Formats: sequence, structure tokens, C-alpha cells
Amino acid sequence: MYYLKRILFMIPLLLVISFLAFMLVRLAPGGPFDKDRQPASPEIKRNLEAKYHLNEPRWKQYARYLAGLVRGDFGPSMKYRDHTVNDIIAQGLPVSMTLGLLAFCFANAVGLPLGFYTAVRRGRWQEWLGSFIAIVMVCIPALVVAPLLVMLFGIRWGILPVALWDSPLHAILPTAALGIFFSGRVARLMREGMLTTLKEPFVMAARAKGLSDTIVLLKHAFPLGVLPIVSYSGPMLADLLTGSFIVENVFRIPGIGVFLVNSSLNRDYTMVVGLVVLYAGLLLFLNLAVDFLYTVLDPRVKYE
Amino acid sequence: MDGFPNAFPFTGKAFCFSDSKNSKNEIQPPRRGAAWPSRWWLLFLLLALTAAPFLTSCRPNGGRADVVIINGGEPESLDPAIVTVQADLRLVRGLFEGLVRLNARTAEPEPGLAYRWEITPDGLKYTFHLRSNLVWSTGESITSADVLYSWLRVLEPRTAADYAGQLYFVRNGREFNSGKIKDRDAVGIHAEDPLTVTVDLAAPTPFFLALCTFPTLAVVPRKAIEAHGDRWILSRPLPVSGPYTLDFWRLQDRVRMRKNPLYWDAASTRSEVVDFLAMDSANTALNLYESKQADVLWDKNLVPTEVLDILRQRPDCHQFSYLGAFFLRINVTRPPFDRPLVRRALALAVDRHRIVERITRGGEQPAFHFTPDGIPGYQPPDGLAHDPAGARRALEQAGFPGGRDFPTLDYLLTNPRVEQQIAVELQAMWQTELGIRVELHQNEMKVYQSAQTALDYDVSRSSWIGDYNDPNTFLELFTSENGNNRTGWKNARYDRLMSEANRQLDRTRRASLLREAEKMLVEEELPIIPVYFYAGLNFFDENKIEGVYTNIVDEHPVQAIAKRTDGAGR
Repeated sequence: MYYLKRILFMIPLLLVISFLAFMLVRLAPGGPFDKDRQPASPEIKRNLEAKYHLNEPRWKQYARYLAGLVRGDFGPSMKYRDHTVNDIIAQGLPVSMTLGLLAFCFANAVGLPLGFYTAVRRGRWQEWLGSFIAIVMVCIPALVVAPLLVMLFGIRWGILPVALWDSPLHAILPTAALGIFFSGRVARLMREGMLTTLKEPFVMAARAKGLSDTIVLLKHAFPLGVLPIVSYSGPMLADLLTGSFIVENVFRIPGIGVFLVNSSLNRDYTMVVGLVVLYAGLLLFLNLAVDFLYTVLDPRVKYE
Repeated sequence: MDGFPNAFPFTGKAFCFSDSKNSKNEIQPPRRGAAWPSRWWLLFLLLALTAAPFLTSCRPNGGRADVVIINGGEPESLDPAIVTVQADLRLVRGLFEGLVRLNARTAEPEPGLAYRWEITPDGLKYTFHLRSNLVWSTGESITSADVLYSWLRVLEPRTAADYAGQLYFVRNGREFNSGKIKDRDAVGIHAEDPLTVTVDLAAPTPFFLALCTFPTLAVVPRKAIEAHGDRWILSRPLPVSGPYTLDFWRLQDRVRMRKNPLYWDAASTRSEVVDFLAMDSANTALNLYESKQADVLWDKNLVPTEVLDILRQRPDCHQFSYLGAFFLRINVTRPPFDRPLVRRALALAVDRHRIVERITRGGEQPAFHFTPDGIPGYQPPDGLAHDPAGARRALEQAGFPGGRDFPTLDYLLTNPRVEQQIAVELQAMWQTELGIRVELHQNEMKVYQSAQTALDYDVSRSSWIGDYNDPNTFLELFTSENGNNRTGWKNARYDRLMSEANRQLDRTRRASLLREAEKMLVEEELPIIPVYFYAGLNFFDENKIEGVYTNIVDEHPVQAIAKRTDGAGR
């Protein structure tokens, strides 16, 4: 029941978001058909605007858009005129999601053990080293990491492709470039979570009972210490699944992240609104999924 | 999982103090029995989810193409009626051909789908004779009806073709495009019989054959377009009239073309499969080229300017001049820029050599006239040389000695760094030579473009790339009604000179009329200040790739390009 209510609530929210996006992008100066090369005559520009209904009043344009949206049709792209927005999403989103999921796995595979280890080795040199690595991962942006990886693995050692998206081999560098920042975040959250949990009385009790360190840490402390990461997973996944402009740009990955940035620069109205609605929907859904996961992981959490 | 022997609920239970659900005892750990399996479940689910789309999105694409070309940005379209960007036009030329095509070496017009044509002595009527063996890549024959359909489609208001203006030279083309005439028969293009097309022009247009090579006038498949509407390019099989078929088009990645065996001149098509990579980032483009994943890099914007100096010294760098100019527009509707003397002062103060030697550094030539050198049969005027003293005098005559009382000049520019550097340099030149304060307005592309159209600037950076090898592709811009004028400058004498020139059949007479018009533009009236001519740069290793010829229109027909088999590894 609770979840049903949440899902129903998404609909008006998405409507408001689509309306705002629709109007805001039209408020920005310049339009999709302002070009370096203007058409030779004003008639041509009129034809263009008529074709995409830009000559109609705004409310009518929005009504037209909504009618399409209900049918799941985001309309034609005004920049890439052979494609509809649906075509572009259908091509780019699976690629971005693949890369995002790979980076998500990478972030957890690197971040969880690192955070766990630094928490367990509290006060020793391993903690300092581990925490230092985590901080470095958080601080260096993909803008720097990606070209650095390309330079080392792609050009200097020539063992991995420098760009494009043709084989699983092509996914390694972008996954790392995209995942490193999140690994750092996960490691730091894991460390905090573990340190807090280790202070809990039940851990002491478990130790007092004579359980081995491994069991106390893995079985009793870990499931609670990992909770901050579960709640972080929602926004992290949303961030990763929708593609990163920088990583997709550096590695020339045919994803959707590049489109999100470029479509607003291009004033590709339909594309901007379509992608905003898609992202908003994805974010709402992931938040719901995280809340649901909470009830599974921590029985103290319940929704009415 | 070896390290977690007790992680499973059935063994784990033994270690719990209590299984009680509602335990209030703080000493007891929260129940986690059910959490473990669902977490593993989730992990598996995630991995499965990861693998599934990966397999589809990393589809095997048949290995490396015979030739891989880094072409330019993501194509906006491959529809001949829609494309306007030069990089996109190059792709379209590979897929769709018109009555006339470009010679692969010189880029001069040569017979395409039409094998010969006649022109009446008054230059008003063209009769094209199609080859009799023409077929689409899907096997149906190409006839004059297809030519008719394709051209009228461009003019049809519903198509909303950006470059419909290329057909305004045809009688009633403009009227049909603007909806004033609805009757298709009134438009000056007719099919005499299945193999003959006649074209009536509005005025003798000496460059009409060059226009016929332009993709806007290429022949497109009616059936596919009527069946699939705006998305027809994505339909399969896609009938094409050119040397290559469209294998696939993956956005933000590449367009792959495969040889069209049914093309009339398929025997001269050199490569089976050609990839055109679409790139935004110059660094990525260079990385791909340097790591040999691409054979040709022919977009100068995709070469990082920081390393241009080094790259230009290499043998795989091929430099040439082509029809491209960087210039400044002046908004003549805003005082004091409405006075030619003021514009003259600005023009005289610009040191072009300094800009090409210190900023652009890619072999650009300083420009004192608007039409680039090298158009056959045309000698552009000299223009105004750099003369700071003359500039100061002109400004003084205009009533602003030493720049006194001169309002702040708004300079409109957009993002690329080289644009900023040029702007700063110009700012310094006008400030020190003329005492004019210059304010730079840097805007993102669309804002810049709409400000330029709305005449919301004093001076604006501008550029123009010629569409065909004739001065008209440059000079027609500044006729009063042209959509690309964007200076507010309207001059009846200029308009008259241009229309007279384009009616003139005698080549020398025509050239002198055009020269007179250009003289107004760059020596007398100065609504624009030419700054430099672009230099074309193509990167490819001559020992490995052949068939990329440099020419003044910067066109390199795909069918001529191939990997060398003889000299490989020399």
C-alpha cells in the first residue's frame, strides 16, 4: 500500500518536472534553429518552426507534448532530425547503464574492502595508507583520471584501447575512470559505518562471548556498517546509470550522458525535456528501491 | 565466498544470541538472518543485469573497417535535404549522388547520374541526360521522376529543408518553397522522358553545375521516404544512389558504409568498408589516430591546437588552403558604427599577421579581402592593409580624435579558446591604436548565434565556409535580403552589382562586376573586416593511405580512398 501510494505520487511530480523543463528550456535565449549558417531566406526558418510547431502558443505546444508523453513518445529531436528522442534514448541508455553498472560494481568491489580494512586496522599504518588512498580517489576528478588512464594504459603501455566501445576490453578504462571517485566515497562511508558499528554494545557482547574476530566483524558488524552505503547506492546508481559527460566524452562512448549536456547547449527542446523526465523518473524509482532495500536490511525500519 | 563460511543463514543461526524478532535488548544484534541471502541475490541480479545489456550494446560490428576516418562531430542528419554541416555533407556525398558529382581529385563538377547535359546559349535552360543503367542499391531503376521528386521535396515547405535556398536559382523555386505557388508544374524542373530532365533557371547562374554536385540536390528514394517519414534514413534496406550503402549508424560513435555494388561506377570504388568516426574531443581524436585505430583525421577542429606546431612538421600532415574565412561583422545599425569612417578605422587597426602568427598558428593566411584566393577566373581586390596611422586619422575624421567620446565597443564571441585569444588581441589593438574601450561578450553558441541574428552586438566574430567554387558563395551573403547578412548593411548598388554579375554570361565581365562588389565590401563600406583564411589540415600516412586529395573546397570523395597495398610498411 505504502509503495503504491509512492508510485502514484510520482505521476504528478513527473508532470510538474516536465512542465518546468519544457518552459525553462524555451526561456533560454536562442533556439534550435539559430545556427552559424542561417537559412538563406526567412521563409525557410518559418517552414522549420512550423514543422516543429514552434510557431504555436506555448500552452498548445505543451499540450501537444503531453499527448505524446502519455503514449511514451518523446517526440522528434530538433537537432538530430532523422532520429526521435526515443531512438536516441534506446541507443544511448543501454550503453550508459552498462557502463554505470560496471562502475557501480567496481566502486563496491574496491570501496567496500578498502573501507572495511581501514576501519579494522584502526590506528595502524594500514589505516593511514588506506584512508589516504580513499581521499585521493575522492579528490581527483574524472576529468583528470580519465586522460591519465588513457595516457598510461592506452598510449604509453599500449595494452588497452584509448577510446570507443567495441569489445569488453574497451570497457575497462572507462569503468575505472568512472568508478574511482565512487570507490573513494564508498570506502569512506564503509569506514565510518564500521567504526560506528564497532562501538555498539552488541559487538562488545559478541566479542565477550568469545566469538572469533572474523565472525564478529563479518557477521555481526558488517551488515550494520554497510547501511550508509545502501542509502548512498540510490543516488550513486542514478548518477552512474545516466552516464557521465566527461567519461563518455573522453572515451567516446555512445551513451546518453553526452546528449544530456549537449541537448541543452543545442536547445534541442524535445530532447532536453525527454531526458529530464527520464532522469527524474529514474531517480524517483531508485530512491523507492533504496527505501525498500532498507526494510530488508534493517528490520527496525518499517513504512506504514 | 570461501572467507564467509558462516555468512549463510543456516549455519549463521548457531552463532546468534537470539532469533527473537522484537527483541528490545540492546546487547543483542539486530536479526540479520534474512539479509544475507537477499543481498547475494541482489548481487547476482546486478551482475546479470550488467552482462545482459553489455552483450547487446557492445555488439560485434564485423571488425575493423578497411579505412577508418575521423570525420567531425556527430552528424545531425544524413538526409540530403537536411544536412548543412560540411562534415555531414561529406558523408551524404558517399550515400546519395546527384546529376553531377565531384571529381575525386580536383573536386570539379563531372558527370554523375547524368552522363551529359546541354545548356542553352542564354544560360537559362539545362537539359540533363541520365545514364540508362542507373539503379538504387536495392535494384529498382533510377529515373527522371526520382530527380523531380527529390528536388521538389527539398522545396516542399513541409520538408523544412535548411538549404532549400540552393534551389532558389530554379524558376519559381523560392515561390514554391515559401508557399506562394502551390503548383508543382510551375517550378522550373520537368521530366521530358524517363531519362531526360530539363531545368529552367530564374536567371543564368554560372555556377549552377557546381550546385548540382551539392547533396541538397542529390537523388533520394521516394518509396522509403513515403513509407517511413522523417526517420527514413534509419529504415532497412535503405536504397541509395551513391557509391556506398549505409551499413549502420551508431550515435556518438560512427557511421559505417559498405560498397554499393550496383552503383553505376562501382568499378572505381576502392574500399569495401569505410568507418566515419564522430568525435567531439580533439584529444580523443588524436589519441585514436596516434594509436592507429584511425587512418585519416581530416577535421582541423579535432586537432588540439596546443600540439599543432609539432604536428605540422610531420610528413603525415597535409596542409592546403580552402574556401573558409574568419572575419568580423560590424552592426551598421548602431551608431557610431553606422559611419563607414569608423568601420574603416577599426579595419585599418587590425594586425592580421600578428593574429595568424601568434594565435592561430595553423598555417592560416591573413585576409584583406573576403573571397579566398584560388577561385579560378577571379582576382579578389587588395583590401586595406594594416595602417595604424591611417586608422587614427580615419577615427579623427569621424569625430573621435584619440577615441575621445567613443562609446564602449561590444565584441560578441563564443567559447573556443582560440576565439577568446583573438578577441583579447583585437581588444588590445583597438585600445592602443585607437583608444577605444572594448568589452568582450562571450556567450555559449546558441546565445551568440541568436544575438548575431538579432543584431545585438557592435562587432561580432564570424566565419564562413564556401559551398561551391565560386565567389558568389561568399559575396551573396551581404545582399540586402540574405539571411546570413546579419550586419544590417543594405546597399542597393551592391545588390545591383551582384544580380548583374549573376546574369552575366561573359566570364571576365562577370569577374570584374564581382570584384567591384567585393571592393565595396572590403575597401569602401566595410560592414565586415576579413581577418584570416582558414588552412585545411588532413592527417594521414601517404605510405598507407591513398586517394585523399587536397582541393580548394576541402572535399575528398570516399570512393577514391583506400589502403595502399603496394607501399605498406615502406
